[in-house]
Amino acid sequence: MTRTQARQAIEEVLREIAPDADVDNLPPDANLRDWIELDSLDFLNFVEALGKRSGLRIDEDDYPQLATMASGAEFLAGR
Amino acid sequence: MPALGADMDEGTLLEWLVKPGDEVHRGDIIAVVDTAKSAIDVETFHSGTIGQLVVQPGETVPVGTVLATLTSAAAEPAPAGAPARKAGRPAARPAAARPAKPAATRPAGRTGAAGSPLVRQLAQELGIDLGTVQGTGRAGAITRSDVEKAAASRRGRATPLARRIAAELDVDLAAVTGTGPGGAVREDDVRRAAREISEPHRAGLKAPPSPAAPAPPQAAAAPVAEGAAGTAGGPAGPVRGPAPATREERARAMRLATARLMARSKREIPHYYVSNTVDMAGALTWLRDRNRALEMSDRLVPAALLLKAAAVAVRQVPELNGFWADDHFTAADAVHLGVAISLRGGGLVTPAIHDAADLPVGELMARLRDLVSRARGGRLRSSELTDATITVTNLGDQGVESVLGVIYPPQVALVGFGKIVERPWAVGGLLGVRPVANTTLAADHRATDGYTGARYLAALADLLQRPEEM
Repeated sequence: MTRTQARQAIEEVLREIAPDADVDNLPPDANLRDWIELDSLDFLNFVEALGKRSGLRIDEDDYPQLATMASGAEFLAGR
Repeated sequence: MPALGADMDEGTLLEWLVKPGDEVHRGDIIAVVDTAKSAIDVETFHSGTIGQLVVQPGETVPVGTVLATLTSAAAEPAPAGAPARKAGRPAARPAAARPAKPAATRPAGRTGAAGSPLVRQLAQELGIDLGTVQGTGRAGAITRSDVEKAAASRRGRATPLARRIAAELDVDLAAVTGTGPGGAVREDDVRRAAREISEPHRAGLKAPPSPAAPAPPQAAAAPVAEGAAGTAGGPAGPVRGPAPATREERARAMRLATARLMARSKREIPHYYVSNTVDMAGALTWLRDRNRALEMSDRLVPAALLLKAAAVAVRQVPELNGFWADDHFTAADAVHLGVAISLRGGGLVTPAIHDAADLPVGELMARLRDLVSRARGGRLRSSELTDATITVTNLGDQGVESVLGVIYPPQVALVGFGKIVERPWAVGGLLGVRPVANTTLAADHRATDGYTGARYLAALADLLQRPEEM
């Protein structure tokens, strides 16, 4: 997965989980949970959908790397 | 029309999911009803065959109105959709339908007429002596609508909308001249009365004093989603009251429903608060180990464990699990855990997870996810909105360290969980950094004393040290 693909995957999953969120204007370094207002269940849904889409197993220890768009894209692209 | 929560007095039938002649079983979803808060799947409380659909899609009717008739095995039609209160059962579980029961088969001298706690509370609010009310519910139980009828006949008739607006605007209905059929007070009459008493010499008039500075009446009188041009997507039908239609109107109606219930809580319930800080290290380690071994979809979030602990703990302190009405506490026979869920775009619902104390934590997690997703996107079921015996708010998920809640009447306790944060913490004479969470309890001082609340938080803390045993 390239970084662009990873970014796209994250954006699409976020739109699914929070249809009202302004994903287009999401700054790359914004904290996703704060910006999109995800609670812990939303975040679990996010991780699950992202795992399904990318075919990767994402462990709890990986969660910190999914904090922002930039770090998340890097994490997915690097796997 | 069942009462789907203490804050509902009318609902709009959106859709029938059954037709005459259909056989239904207890718990089946038979209709969809729109309330100020959301569309609700209404379950039938009894099995039988659907007779006639009395209320049509698009109609808004007061709580207690017959929605449809249901024929039970005894083959006798009976009104369905009335809020049948099961006498003696604290949870005022509304039934969408109730079966025919020939009066002769009722046990003689049954004490069902006492009414449920919700009904008793309503009667108390309206100043109605239940002894003078003729019950029309199951086994002669007094229903909410019986009480409202009694109140209306005493002080003159008024439409449900008029009553609601009168309550909002602090207008005494007895002082309003009705222009409706038979002198019934209508919405316009109330608004006119409100305008009159809002004139500069308001203080000199008969307006009941408000505890707080009232909003300007005109602003407060802003339509409660009134004049909705039919329910979106629903067939046009006779609309007797307001039906929240647009998103904005729905948001306003929901805000108002919450406002009224919370104001009532703070007006009536002498809250006391206790709080505690709990070491979460063991619980989080247990969770992490468990999650590592599981598929992503089976993972637990800490909230699931906190909810489980809250439910199990209240079983150890049953004085906090139940309802206060009519000057006494009635313990609930099961733990149905209300969970405060914030909706995207504003608003709050508190549906219940049934029998939460008995569910394995994995199952409770699955129910929580299902409940949150349905509360936000889909539909809740009627029983989920009416059965909670104690409620939990988990604002910690949004980053606050502590939350002191407002009790949902007629419940007597609300548990709050703050964010899990790392703090310097002394264990065994040594200082270390541990994840800790603040737990709080808001409880009704009429029902219990601080000592009981303290016992509850101690039980909760103890359970969270032994997650594997829950």
